[in-house]
Amino acid sequence: MAQALRIKEAFVEQRIFAIRTVVAGVAGGLLIAALIARLVGLQVVNYEHYSTLSQGNRIRIVPVSPTRGLIYDRDGVLLAENLPVFQLELTPEQTSDVDETLARLVEIGLVRPDDLERIHATIARSRHFDSIPLRFRLDDHEVARFAVRRQSFPGVEIRSRLARYYPLSGTAVHALGYMGAINEEDAATLDKAAYAGTSHNGKLGIERAFENILHGKVGHKQVLVNAQGRELDTYPDESALAGRNIQLTLDAHLQRAAEAALGGHTGAIVAIDPRSGDVLVFASAPTFDPNPFGEGLTADEYARISTDPDKPLFNRALRGTYPPGSTIKPLLALAGLATGTVTEQDSIWCPGFYRLPGHTHRYRDWRSHGRTDLRKAIVESCDVYFYQLARDLQIDGIHDFLAKFGLGEKTGIEIAGEAAGILPSREWKRNAFRNRADQVWFPGETIIAGIGQGYMLTSPLQLAHATAILAARGKAFRPRMVSAIENADGVLEQIEPEGLPPVQLSDDTWDTVLESMEGVLRAPTGTARGSAVGAPYRYAGKTGTAQVYSIGPDEEFDGGEVPEHLRDHALFLAFAPIDEPEIALAVLVEHGGGGSRTAAPVARAVLDAYFGVDET
Amino acid sequence: MMLADQYEYREATSPQLLARFLKAIHVDSHLLAGLLAILAIGLVVLYSAGGRSEDLLMKQLVRIGAAFAALIVFAQLPPILLRRWSPWVFFAGLVMLTLVLLTGDIGKGAQRWLDLGVVRFQPSELMKLAVPMAAAWYLHDRPLPPDLPALAVLLLIVVVPTLMIAIQPDLGTALLIAASGVFVAWLAGMSARVIIFGGAAGVALAPALWYYMHDYQKQRVLTFLNPESDPLGSGYHIIQSKIAIGSGGLFGKGWLNGSQSQLEFLPEPDTDFIFAVMGEEFGLLGLLALLAVYVFVIGRGMYIAVQARDTFSRLLAGSISLTFFVYVIVNTGMVTGLLPVVGIPLPLVSYGGTSIVTLMAGFGILMSIQTHRKFLPK
Repeated sequence: MAQALRIKEAFVEQRIFAIRTVVAGVAGGLLIAALIARLVGLQVVNYEHYSTLSQGNRIRIVPVSPTRGLIYDRDGVLLAENLPVFQLELTPEQTSDVDETLARLVEIGLVRPDDLERIHATIARSRHFDSIPLRFRLDDHEVARFAVRRQSFPGVEIRSRLARYYPLSGTAVHALGYMGAINEEDAATLDKAAYAGTSHNGKLGIERAFENILHGKVGHKQVLVNAQGRELDTYPDESALAGRNIQLTLDAHLQRAAEAALGGHTGAIVAIDPRSGDVLVFASAPTFDPNPFGEGLTADEYARISTDPDKPLFNRALRGTYPPGSTIKPLLALAGLATGTVTEQDSIWCPGFYRLPGHTHRYRDWRSHGRTDLRKAIVESCDVYFYQLARDLQIDGIHDFLAKFGLGEKTGIEIAGEAAGILPSREWKRNAFRNRADQVWFPGETIIAGIGQGYMLTSPLQLAHATAILAARGKAFRPRMVSAIENADGVLEQIEPEGLPPVQLSDDTWDTVLESMEGVLRAPTGTARGSAVGAPYRYAGKTGTAQVYSIGPDEEFDGGEVPEHLRDHALFLAFAPIDEPEIALAVLVEHGGGGSRTAAPVARAVLDAYFGVDET
Repeated sequence: MMLADQYEYREATSPQLLARFLKAIHVDSHLLAGLLAILAIGLVVLYSAGGRSEDLLMKQLVRIGAAFAALIVFAQLPPILLRRWSPWVFFAGLVMLTLVLLTGDIGKGAQRWLDLGVVRFQPSELMKLAVPMAAAWYLHDRPLPPDLPALAVLLLIVVVPTLMIAIQPDLGTALLIAASGVFVAWLAGMSARVIIFGGAAGVALAPALWYYMHDYQKQRVLTFLNPESDPLGSGYHIIQSKIAIGSGGLFGKGWLNGSQSQLEFLPEPDTDFIFAVMGEEFGLLGLLALLAVYVFVIGRGMYIAVQARDTFSRLLAGSISLTFFVYVIVNTGMVTGLLPVVGIPLPLVSYGGTSIVTLMAGFGILMSIQTHRKFLPK
């Protein structure tokens, strides 16, 4: 205390505190007085004025939902539009007994019992005097049935509304997504004000990814209501701003041809323009009709579609992952040439199986190829050649090279839910398994990676993307589905394709591998030569078979005897025309057996449609 | 006669028993009576404002229960213990605010919650008590009025958490916390010159603040200056709120009969604008009654502060009471169109929020200061 210049003095402190308290009290008293003066002003002086405003008819502000933006394909074909439909609505406050009214509506078949739960949930979260949609779409008979009974249903009325309609029904449904009623989960995340008066939102695909652009801006109208809340008159006020239109890179014509070419198989086709990354075809089969989803499916309808063993709701092109099988061989050949591990002239002897030095296990080939060089190994899809190459490249060498083609990571396409697949490496295995013993990489796992089996998994979209990079000789673009978005002036504004880091290799290297891929279709021993007969354009490709069911090393394999759900997946990658590629595609036929037998003809059909061969 | 005697006897002693019980659990009966009155009024108005939802009422009752638990717990903690904890509580609060800012996604809207696994927690609520506690702790053994270096430290104690909360963004809470710190300095005897200088600096900084404000905050200020400019958007709140209060008149339209609130012309009737619902249904007299109870509670708080025996208790009690006043005046000023719309609820009356627990914890501190007086050395 001695060294302090000033010391604490309790008496001084208390006096200061008392004075300050009094000053604060006076200031507070003045503020309270100001507040009371304000209250007197509002409630006594201007009472008449405010009472009139409140007593008389009054204006309610009612949201007007915007018209959703349209979706076109690359040629301007309409893929998603809005059509007027009749909707049955109920205003709980104008109905004497909501439950009883709903029960009577169920009785005359205008409300489905399945919907009651949703209706009650919507009533619970809506504001007073909002009208609640009971049925989103009534047909003419239902409209008539209600019209004659209208008097006995106060508070229930029919309104017309614009509903989403997909004129091509199931075509490209896995790219477009669909519209459904806003559910509890969406309601929690959507901006309540922006969705006032809107009952549906985009659920998947483009509809979901571009929800903000397609939705538009909510408008308001002033509605004159009486003291009981009944509408007397309306005045438009701030008109809604329609959602902006979107142009896709998809080609509806080609999309339909692709879906038809799959011909009842489950599978997927993705086609990309290697010059821009534009996705031309994005097909997953089977498809489903998205139109009933807007209306709300009944439990039965939903059960039927969700328990269908073919899983139509599953987006195979985006989310399905499959071993790439032999389709990976051209990329491995590039890796071998680029790293100098092999040259074009090097050859091996293929006895029809491969054995690691010091091991007895036989890695089978589908037949013996004899003396085999790189070109022959691609054309005839020799496994032994690539077993050897994989062993020389090592798994991390394979990983690093294939990663340049986008395998093992999401392509970054606009729509959500994409599968990243697996591009194995030593590091990947260390992280993927918990058990120490499982984290070790075995040499045999490298060998089967050489033919795209084992841990490696790719989605059809990733395979198409890799093929596009291959076709463009290393030039890479991020796959995209939207090429243009309407701007504020109603003009479609083109979006520039997004370039990715190119894969740089010598021209000779590209020539060797791309020519070998043409050989797959043109050489007398090419694995897919049968499907290329008579094609009026030159194209290149590679077959592949993804094993579903492993065959023991010494078992004989006969595709015909295996039940269909255990049969291998058939794969085919292709691009055309050979000189200036415009289209690169990946075809997957689930349980189709060999790639040459089922997938290659599908790819041929898509290419024919692309070059207009089918229309002659 | 015997029975009557017995009756008389019981009548006379049960209040005494109650008083003894309250004293034993360190509860100040005057303050308790005021708080109970406000809470009771609040529940009555809330039933009407919340669309007669019993569910809403039950949830609010649960919160009030938790708030009373907090009050009782804080009333048991002697001021000397609170003083020792103050710096640690303050630093813990700062750490949690930092975590909120780091884990939060500030760009897309307010991020105020910290997930502690079991409970979600708003560090800014803790700061409402921690800042005045830390400020009072810092000054408690220093000579008062504070000199300039002490004021500089005080400024840091107040400004750092205020800015961290303001950028969440939660302007309302930031304002309350800044006020609680300023009140400590004011009650400690901060010189008038510093206050004038600080005010001038604030005015000078206003344009810079405007630059950093979120669009919705700018909109609120503009709407405050001219509500009729935006009758459909932000101005709608104030216009409808004024109609509700004004049409209530002297006596009000009666409970559950306010057409503005019942027909939902009034926005957020159960939270920020509940004062307007009360004005519509209970009129000027109802509002004056509520304000009288508020003034009583604040007055009792200041009385406790003046009576307090040590610097820390005095400054803390004064700051808590005056901050409560700011709460009341900012909300009522906003609802009546005297102040811009800042998201501050009417204390102890508005539905929801963890704020009710914090407020009651604060009153628990006041009660502790009042009831532990005898045990402290002079």
